[in-house]
Amino acid sequence: MRIEGHAVCLPADIDTDQIIAGRYLRTKDRSVWKRHVFEDLDADLAERLDGAVIVAGKNFGCGSSREQAPVALKVAGVRAIVAPSFARIFFRNAINIGLPLAEAEILCNDGDRVEIDLSAGMITIAGKTRDIRPLSPRMLEMLAAGGLVSHWRQKR
Amino acid sequence: MPSLSERILAGVAGEYVDREVDRAYVHDGTGVLTYETWRALGTGEVARPSRVYVLFDHIVPANNSTTADLQHELRNFALFHGLQFSDIGGGICHQLMGEGIALPGEIIAGADSHTCTLGAFGAFATGVGATDMAAIVASGMTWFRIPDTIGLIFSGTLSGGAEAKDLALTYVARLGMDGATYRALEFIGDGVSSLSMDSRLTICNLSVETGAKTGMFYADQVTREYLMAYGQETAIQDPPDRTYNQEYPFDLGAIEPVIAVSPRVDTIRPVDELAGIPLDQIFVGTCTNGRYEDLSRFAAVVRGKKVKVRTIIGPASRSIMSKAARTGVLSDLIAAGCTILPPGCGPCLGAHMGVIGEGEICLSTSNRNFRNRMGVGGEIYLSSVATAAASAIRGEITSPGGMV
Repeated sequence: MRIEGHAVCLPADIDTDQIIAGRYLRTKDRSVWKRHVFEDLDADLAERLDGAVIVAGKNFGCGSSREQAPVALKVAGVRAIVAPSFARIFFRNAINIGLPLAEAEILCNDGDRVEIDLSAGMITIAGKTRDIRPLSPRMLEMLAAGGLVSHWRQKR
Repeated sequence: MPSLSERILAGVAGEYVDREVDRAYVHDGTGVLTYETWRALGTGEVARPSRVYVLFDHIVPANNSTTADLQHELRNFALFHGLQFSDIGGGICHQLMGEGIALPGEIIAGADSHTCTLGAFGAFATGVGATDMAAIVASGMTWFRIPDTIGLIFSGTLSGGAEAKDLALTYVARLGMDGATYRALEFIGDGVSSLSMDSRLTICNLSVETGAKTGMFYADQVTREYLMAYGQETAIQDPPDRTYNQEYPFDLGAIEPVIAVSPRVDTIRPVDELAGIPLDQIFVGTCTNGRYEDLSRFAAVVRGKKVKVRTIIGPASRSIMSKAARTGVLSDLIAAGCTILPPGCGPCLGAHMGVIGEGEICLSTSNRNFRNRMGVGGEIYLSSVATAAASAIRGEITSPGGMV
């Protein structure tokens, strides 16, 4: 499974309140989340997310269990997230909705070309290739299917 | 010897296992997306309706038509499928599950990060997202990676103005916001027996703020007596005679009143160092500190006095509110000028009742002080109930020393 996109660099400890604030959760309209993603962190960030690979510091997605956070990133056009570590609920949520994650610590400049080969466990950023911590076979299978719901429907 | 997580999940750390979930719950915030995803699965089935709980607490009563419509839909789902349902006013999901439902040794999944609160009973309780929960509702099962365990070894007893919340903030600061990511915490040692169930619930509640999957106490005589009052006869879990790869000792007698300053839970300062900072709002409540012990402690300080800053009290459940009414705690709070909310999460997540304005500072007994969480441009400082009470009387951050 291969993903590529332009790097959007973010710091460590990005919490789910920063990804999508609590005041926008009471809706099923995903365009609301797309519009307000990262609003309190940087109001201009949303525009740069289409086709992006987020490259963040450690502990990305900490805080609440709100699945609207990875959904907001996905509907905003984020193709994958790379970070040295993820908060565990965010990690499961992202895989479950078909948003690929890669655990790696890499240097990031905004706009760098990022290529990820999840099956091979490799990432290339600005021409430099390195290993990522491999995902479990179960997670790779889920991502390949596009998330838990389609994986579930395929199996039954 | 195996950790409590390894015992309950029946495997060894690092292993991936599929397990039946003993109890699963959602609230009105995460329930909507869970229901939507469950419908997308297309099975139309709820595996074990008697083990699935829908508990309204996040925006209660509904604040506008959109929320009302979403709650209406979720309520109908719960009632149609015969799920265990608590409507507005019942209380916070974690508290309700802690009133004689969650039991030692159980595997519990909740669609909320603070599900780890129930580790206080010696259960393996952890937060999941809506899609995981939808699959649990449909199948009764989920997968876990059995976590490594970090031991927090307690000795001595809390003293002076310090309470369980100060201990909790202190260990979060020691471990850091991601110090326990993918791992579980176990609270053991001689100091444990002096901690009430209410205190243990507070201590476990904060474990997710270190990134932990859960934080657990071994069920002991205190647990047993607490559950007995709810008619639950439970066994004691013997703590292991073991060491941990990572251990942190805590002398409870040395714990001081602290405040976690905006915007990080792991950044604490002694209350004394912050004394005098003027406050715009005080909030006492939530799944962290909205229990009877908390309300009672607050009332003991403000009884017969007037609060000097707007003060919001949110009892964590109807039974807590009811007990506070019976014992006179509630009327003491009202007489002191506090505003009482219906049982629920109140303003903690910034969506409802008690949102703060730009430039305002709220001293809160909740568990998160993230930027803008309780209102855009507002700052949240986290403290114990005793610190909140002393501060309410002065209208500024005040050390609880001598007032409790």
